[in-house]
Amino acid sequence: MNAGLGDAADIAGILASLIVVAAMLIWVERRLLAVWQDRLGPNRVGPLGLMQVVADMIKMFFKEDWIPPFADKAVFVLAPTIVFITMLTGFAVVPFAPGVGIIDFNFGLLYFLAMSSLSVYSVVLAGYASGNKYSLLGGLRAAAQTVSYEVFMGISIMGVVMLAGTFNLREIVEAQRGGWFIIPQFLGFIIFLIAVVAESRRTPLDLPEAEQELVAGFHTEYSGMKFGMFFVGEYLAITLSSAMIVTLFFGGWLGPWLPPLLWFCLKTAVGIMFFILLRGSLPRPRYDQLMAFGWKVLLPAALVNLLATGAVVLSLQG
Amino acid sequence: MDSTADKIAIPSDSPQIVRELTERTAANDVLMQPTCDRITTLWVSRQDLRGMLLYLKSQTYTLLFDLTAIDERRRTHRPALPGSDFTVVYHLLSFQRNEDIRLKVALVEDDLSLPTVTHIWPSANWYEREVWDMFGIAFDGHPHLKRILMPPTWQGHPLRKDHYARATEAEPFSLSDEQQEIEQDALRFVPEEWGMRRSGDGTDFMFLNMGPNHPSVHGVFRIALQLDGEEIVDALPDIGYHHRGAEKMGERQSWHTYIPYTDRVDYLGGSMNNLPYVLSVEQLACIQVPERAQVIRVMICELYRLASHLLFYGTYTQDLGQMSPIFYMFIDREKVFDIIESISGARMHSSYFRIGGVAMDLPKGWDKRIREFIDYLPARLDQYDKMVLQNGTLKRRTQGVGSYNTDEAIDWSVTGPNLRATGFAWDYRKARPYSGYENFEFDIPTGRHGDCYDRCTVRVEEMRQSLRIIRQCLDNMPEGPHKAYHPLATPPPKERTLHDIETLIQHFLNVSWGPVIPAGECCMTVEATKGLNGYYLTSDGGTMSYRTRIRTPSFPHLQMIPMMCRGMMIPDLVAILASIDFVMADVDR
Repeated sequence: MNAGLGDAADIAGILASLIVVAAMLIWVERRLLAVWQDRLGPNRVGPLGLMQVVADMIKMFFKEDWIPPFADKAVFVLAPTIVFITMLTGFAVVPFAPGVGIIDFNFGLLYFLAMSSLSVYSVVLAGYASGNKYSLLGGLRAAAQTVSYEVFMGISIMGVVMLAGTFNLREIVEAQRGGWFIIPQFLGFIIFLIAVVAESRRTPLDLPEAEQELVAGFHTEYSGMKFGMFFVGEYLAITLSSAMIVTLFFGGWLGPWLPPLLWFCLKTAVGIMFFILLRGSLPRPRYDQLMAFGWKVLLPAALVNLLATGAVVLSLQG
Repeated sequence: MDSTADKIAIPSDSPQIVRELTERTAANDVLMQPTCDRITTLWVSRQDLRGMLLYLKSQTYTLLFDLTAIDERRRTHRPALPGSDFTVVYHLLSFQRNEDIRLKVALVEDDLSLPTVTHIWPSANWYEREVWDMFGIAFDGHPHLKRILMPPTWQGHPLRKDHYARATEAEPFSLSDEQQEIEQDALRFVPEEWGMRRSGDGTDFMFLNMGPNHPSVHGVFRIALQLDGEEIVDALPDIGYHHRGAEKMGERQSWHTYIPYTDRVDYLGGSMNNLPYVLSVEQLACIQVPERAQVIRVMICELYRLASHLLFYGTYTQDLGQMSPIFYMFIDREKVFDIIESISGARMHSSYFRIGGVAMDLPKGWDKRIREFIDYLPARLDQYDKMVLQNGTLKRRTQGVGSYNTDEAIDWSVTGPNLRATGFAWDYRKARPYSGYENFEFDIPTGRHGDCYDRCTVRVEEMRQSLRIIRQCLDNMPEGPHKAYHPLATPPPKERTLHDIETLIQHFLNVSWGPVIPAGECCMTVEATKGLNGYYLTSDGGTMSYRTRIRTPSFPHLQMIPMMCRGMMIPDLVAILASIDFVMADVDR
């Protein structure tokens, strides 16, 4: 099964398509939001406004590369690359389809959690290095929010691991041949969903950035391609999160009639659209409310889910 | 006071409060002045002022409606009034008696000072600073008597008659680098100047400049925050970035040509702003407005109230992080503007009202669009209730946040929906109907807790009431002229002009110079979109106003922010700002 994974064609193909997808998401998000909000959205540049992406990229590339004089230069430059790199490398373990992917790794799930945790450094360092009070507040919020939410993000998917009996993502997908894990692990799914929204700092849990409160939070001082890195990083995070949700709860590439890769892409696309819909519909909770909700509701719920799943698995085996 | 004051006693038929007041405070030389608006107006001496204000406050005159001044040095028509270079005016309002009273203090140029009343009304703080800024009248004992609307480096006091009104009357403006440095430095926030400490209880505070450019301050408005983490220890609102000298402009525009300026004071209220101004001028000129014009005015005002509240609703949800509702509400607001445009020719600032009526009659088939709209909006409002008001996250963000009770609100001169949110059902349209509001059926929506959530629900309910009023306008629109047949109605109704030499001259004068409004003073107030909006006009018998005082609701509302947000977090402050519903033009004028 591992045959054909990780060769140069795979790596180049996946990398290229990810970058294209992340860029296209700019257009997808703006258009979808517009449709849901009774507007038109970008429809001027190219057919259906598709070339808007190109226009935005050109604009971003040619913006002045400016670093504020009061910033900590080295860290300021480094910070946006972290989110970009961690999110891209996170895709290494994603099982796109049998025979498509970069590595087949026994601890794939843990690797994903690690990468997702590392990405917070990007935001915290950006907030710290900008030398701006709004950025600082954003960075602090990011640290607190991410640290809290990754605790039960990990716990919430342990139910899946128990059912599948492995951390290997490909084997988790195979274990869902009899039925998707969303059914036995519905609670786990909900908690994981909230946690990935918080981890990827998307509205409504975009507190580190919170336009109405902190202007642009951690990336207030960023412009040009460094801002672009955050931007693309965020879209990569959404894509990665959707891919993980599909892998863990919606049977990955499994599905009738269509080729597996197409199934995987379709499911992931629906996931991404769901993220965008969330952004369009919900207000933002207050920072302390979000923390309280995490520690007082989600953490106990995740633990209950863990214990209940364990008990059921044990009783079925015994 | 000069000798005329002693001769005129308090007339025996004067209101009881006046007799009580003079007896209780043992004040001598009190003089009653008749005014067009029939508000009891008393000239009192500087020594008696504080005692009288305290007594009036105890006698239910609890709202400091306005505090302002007039530079009287160039007056020519002041029969039987005490001599005065500068007059400070205190305008109080009693809800229980449903009456106003006005106290005036005469000051001479060499001795421009008064005792402060900030300990009687906390809201007097900003009003006194404004009077100091604009006229150079000092208030002894004021905690921070600094400029408020003008830049700290400004020379002179703009509303004095000897201060220039147009930039062309001054030296050409230039800003050297050194001067720019000085100006910028003057704007630096220094906590110690405002009695704030930089550290306390083992923690160093962070000072954060929120604004003048910030996504949630709705214009150019700065709040300096003293933060402990994200908790607000204290806040200091700083206004004046949107000051355009609207009151000064009133002194150099003809009575007629000033109307478009009023639209831009509360720029979301459009012609609603025209109303108190033209009402005031009409009262001075004794013009009876025909019934049709009155109903048209009511209808236009309520349409503007809808437009303003829809915008409030949208930005309110947006400030709480909900992205979509504002787009739906803008679509509805656009429909309102389409209607207004088809009637008046303009959208946001239609300047549709005229002295004596409205600019033109309603177009043919005017009611079709309005009827469609008032049938369409209720379902949309119900939908928004589900989307916004019943949203759990939104409730948790706003309920119990930034709350105050009725007494606090009145102490801080809060009016309009923000006052009704505390549960106090007082609406100017009901209490003192103007422009024929007494003929309409509508309810006064109130809240209970005076928090951010109630301030929103009150406005949402007001929209439904506005729809009711508009429907009554549609069903009962009277026939008749849309402008009064009065010599001072401007511009004169064309069919009554150019018949003979008299009407030719009348038309020529009214159109070229503008009408001459008889000397006198008058304050008319309306229930505007954001609270009580009053125009206190003083005419010296000329083609221009001698003094135009604009009492806006947003000015005192912003002053209350520190009290509302202490101990809260930054997101709460954003919710509070969103729920106050202010525009900076309405604050700074």
